[in-house]
Amino acid sequence: MNGAKPFDWRHTPGLSAYTALIFVFFYAPLLILVIYAFNSSRLVTVWSGFSFKWFVAVANNGAIRDAAFNSVVIAIVATIASTAIATAGALALERGRLRFGRGAATALIAMPLVVPEIVVAITTLIFFSGLGMHHGLINLMIAHTVFCIPFALLPIQARLRDMGGTLEEAGRDLYADEWRLFRRVTLPLLVPAISAGAIMAFVVSLDDFLISMMVSSAGSTTLPVYIYGMMRLGVTPEVNAISTILLAVSIVFVAAALLVGRRNRLA
Amino acid sequence: MGPNRTWLLIAPAILVIGIFMVLPLFLAVAYSFMTANPYGGVTQPATFDAYLQFLYQRDFDDSLVFSPSYALIILRSIYLAIATTLICLVLGLPVAWYIVCQTPERRRILLFAVTLPFWINTLIRTYCWILILRDEGLANGALRSAGIISDPLPLLYNDGSILLGLVYTFLPFMVLPIYSTLERIDPRLIEAAHDLYASRSAVFRRIVWPLARPGALAGATLVFAPALGSFLAPDLLGGGKKLLIGSLIQMQFTSSRNWPFGAALSTVVTVVVLTVFVIRSRKVQEDRR
Repeated sequence: MNGAKPFDWRHTPGLSAYTALIFVFFYAPLLILVIYAFNSSRLVTVWSGFSFKWFVAVANNGAIRDAAFNSVVIAIVATIASTAIATAGALALERGRLRFGRGAATALIAMPLVVPEIVVAITTLIFFSGLGMHHGLINLMIAHTVFCIPFALLPIQARLRDMGGTLEEAGRDLYADEWRLFRRVTLPLLVPAISAGAIMAFVVSLDDFLISMMVSSAGSTTLPVYIYGMMRLGVTPEVNAISTILLAVSIVFVAAALLVGRRNRLA
Repeated sequence: MGPNRTWLLIAPAILVIGIFMVLPLFLAVAYSFMTANPYGGVTQPATFDAYLQFLYQRDFDDSLVFSPSYALIILRSIYLAIATTLICLVLGLPVAWYIVCQTPERRRILLFAVTLPFWINTLIRTYCWILILRDEGLANGALRSAGIISDPLPLLYNDGSILLGLVYTFLPFMVLPIYSTLERIDPRLIEAAHDLYASRSAVFRRIVWPLARPGALAGATLVFAPALGSFLAPDLLGGGKKLLIGSLIQMQFTSSRNWPFGAALSTVVTVVVLTVFVIRSRKVQEDRR
């Protein structure tokens, strides 16, 4: 017989090259954006040297600063509200006893992930205008809280499922009442997952464009809505710079959530 | 935890999503049967006009004339969403399989790399392609300096660029669910198949694909639903000339000021998307049986 190599199903010829190409497809456009943001030429695609000047221009732009401030305020409020709601919801779904309605409740909480964004955007607009509520910032805080809930809930629910109920049972055997059990056992174990959920909610809120565009009013423009307005006017180095900043913020936060999640496993 | 306390804990989530998300969906259905107020919003009387508008237009003498332009936009949106789903499936399946074949440490890194784009602003991810595809963009620049073309190719503002943007946005949604079903594959199945002289393609057809199918189905719904209502890719990469249903809905609440028609369109999208999800969960239950 010939010296045939043992069959290795984990290796398919050409597959690693193909996957590398897909990752180039994912990341090359982002890299190009970042490189152009540091280009000193106003003609975006002609390279004429490394420069921070467009970042300085962005930092000195009052309208961008206002929009960024709105975005951060909305994201903080939406993060706190949605994480609190999601923590309670996750505890109920994983530790509670429900004779009926568990499936319906789960489906309802997943709604913001299922319904297309444009539908959420215009139905929310219809709802607030029907109520005669025209408070730009408050409306946005409410709308963001709603779609952040499932993002905050998922890591908390996963953590509750992973850690099982043994430690809580031990606490109960030691006569801890429900509140002490939560304060001393469940909550400390959940802190990493709650932090990860909160970070995800923050990123999702900060990045939201479509819902914010339809719900916001004159004084409550958020950063993505403002950037979209800039993009409609054309490709400029300022757009590249502010987009790069937002890109960096998202990546840093998601990496942070991942690191917090790692601690999750050690706990 | 007893049922009472359980309901108390889950009540905030149900109330917030129920009041601010599900109730507005029904309100939109109600709005779709009203008359448009030219200043925005709706007035009496209740009519079916918004739905008639899908196929007819009101002429000057108030007679209905057949006009399929909106129906065509809806069909084109469905067609592009299906095309996006199929392309994502073909591109994503091998990637998911590749990740499954790696060591656990490498899997984690690769999964992070697939997930990361999901958390990056879609607006920015879509905008990147303008930098590449526009007339003075990177692609045309490269082709020109290579001497292949003298005039820029019209790469932007067509169905191809919209499709590219949609695939770019939603590909992670296809890779992740396929990965999570393939991850549970039993290596002994493949080894047994090989011992029985199955070729690589037979292993794929008979073992990998049947196991990947539930994940592919989940991925297909996760790609199709947002692709159908997508706004940014058609708007930024289609140049607003090629309307899709997402931009058409948005226009009814901004420039066109026809809220009932926008509400009717969004009701149709919701019904299509929820139907797709219900069919999928039925299918999942069938598979389990």
